[in-house]
Amino acid sequence: MTKIGILALQGAVREHANAIKKCGVEAVAVKSAEDLQKIDGLILPGGESTTMRRLIDTYDMLKPLKRFISMDRPVFGTCAGLILLARSIEGYDGCHIGMMDIVVQRNSYGRQINSFEANLDIKGIGKAFPGVFIRAPHIAEVGEGVDVICEHEGRIVMARQDNLLGCAFHPELTDDTRVMLYFVKMVRESVATRNKS
Amino acid sequence: MKNRVGTVRVKRGMAEMQKGGVIMDVVNADQARIAEKAGAVAVMALERVPSDIRKAGGVARMADPSIIEEVMKAVSIPVMAKARIGHIIEARILEAMGVDYIDESEVLTPADEEYHLLKSAFTVPFVCGCRDLGEAARRLGEGAAMLRTKGEPGTGNIVEAVRHMRKVNAQVRRVVAMSEDELMTEAKLLGAPYEILLEIKKNGRLPVVNFAAGGVATPADAALMMELGADGVFVGSGIFKSENPAAFARAIVEATTNYKDYKLLIEISKGLGAPMTGLEMSSIAPADRMQERGW
Repeated sequence: MTKIGILALQGAVREHANAIKKCGVEAVAVKSAEDLQKIDGLILPGGESTTMRRLIDTYDMLKPLKRFISMDRPVFGTCAGLILLARSIEGYDGCHIGMMDIVVQRNSYGRQINSFEANLDIKGIGKAFPGVFIRAPHIAEVGEGVDVICEHEGRIVMARQDNLLGCAFHPELTDDTRVMLYFVKMVRESVATRNKS
Repeated sequence: MKNRVGTVRVKRGMAEMQKGGVIMDVVNADQARIAEKAGAVAVMALERVPSDIRKAGGVARMADPSIIEEVMKAVSIPVMAKARIGHIIEARILEAMGVDYIDESEVLTPADEEYHLLKSAFTVPFVCGCRDLGEAARRLGEGAAMLRTKGEPGTGNIVEAVRHMRKVNAQVRRVVAMSEDELMTEAKLLGAPYEILLEIKKNGRLPVVNFAAGGVATPADAALMMELGADGVFVGSGIFKSENPAAFARAIVEATTNYKDYKLLIEISKGLGAPMTGLEMSSIAPADRMQERGW
């Protein structure tokens, strides 16, 4: 059975696990580098990116996470997870995992009172997807190999680069499984390719 | 289509993102930076931590806005602040300042001894304290988007937080196990809105996250509350009233994440210096117990 891991250091782990199970896939909480061996794809959930980074360092997971991505395993970052993936973060020196060729801006819609819901049209996924934006970042720039798959009010809020998927909103907080199914399909295709070779 | 702000999903979702994390009380920018660096998921900006409020006596009010502003400028993690129970205007001021979450808190002296805030009328989300499911459900009925145990603030004594967490969880399990035709009477007995109990029964759990608060003083305390089912931990006086705040802050964050890793908890707990001085409950007169505030 396909297994998708969720980085379970801090944040919306339970919601992602429920959303993955709804898609008929096994969810695995990833708390250490060893856990990465057991999974076919990984979700970096929403939460506080600075907190998650501190915990990634505490448990020596930065290199293993980079290695996981280098092996072409699919990784999906939502909100804080998107920030972890980004090559560069506006206003900050350095990055976290840094393997997705995008520049993100943190808290780009303002503080919590500016957090909002809006319907999104997502390329390859569908129309009117309920986007939940909570102290959300946005993608300010993308590199050449990055496919922009959703924009909202002129800001890029979802993009894909090969096996890396990132969005600024929280699909796990809705009952709409379309975005999650899209990622599950990425993972299944990656497993199929691996089995062939 | 227009963006919709202040929806239930956005308010509750914000608290979901804090799960597994530690929210720390701070009284200035320096403390806020120490908290952020230690891995806090949010800070609570205050004029005084609860143990100092307890010592000072008198009326405790919303903090000076300049303290909250100073903290908001210092960190990129969310900033929470406390308003007095029922003090509509303190809450509106905090909302207008752009505070990310308001704690309608029994740590401050209540402004209204009959009514809590109608929290659903605000765009900013609220967290409220509870000792049992009736109290939790009433706060949710008013629109709270996050819960926490009341514990007994400023004591460094975990006993009340344990009592409240156990009580709420036992009552949730009871509601989930009940048949639907028993819920109305249970609602009457608990003093809880029926609709909230129905939601709990349907989902098998509280509809919002429930953090531990009120008496957390050591990494082991934080881990204990996680073991008992807390979604995360508030630490009030426990950090900046300890001998080594930066070390305590880091240790409590790590203990919260790894509450089941006992070997790691040994290392985390070593050489931290003295925790805050604790207060035994029997030494606090019933009238001085903050947890009794709220209705």
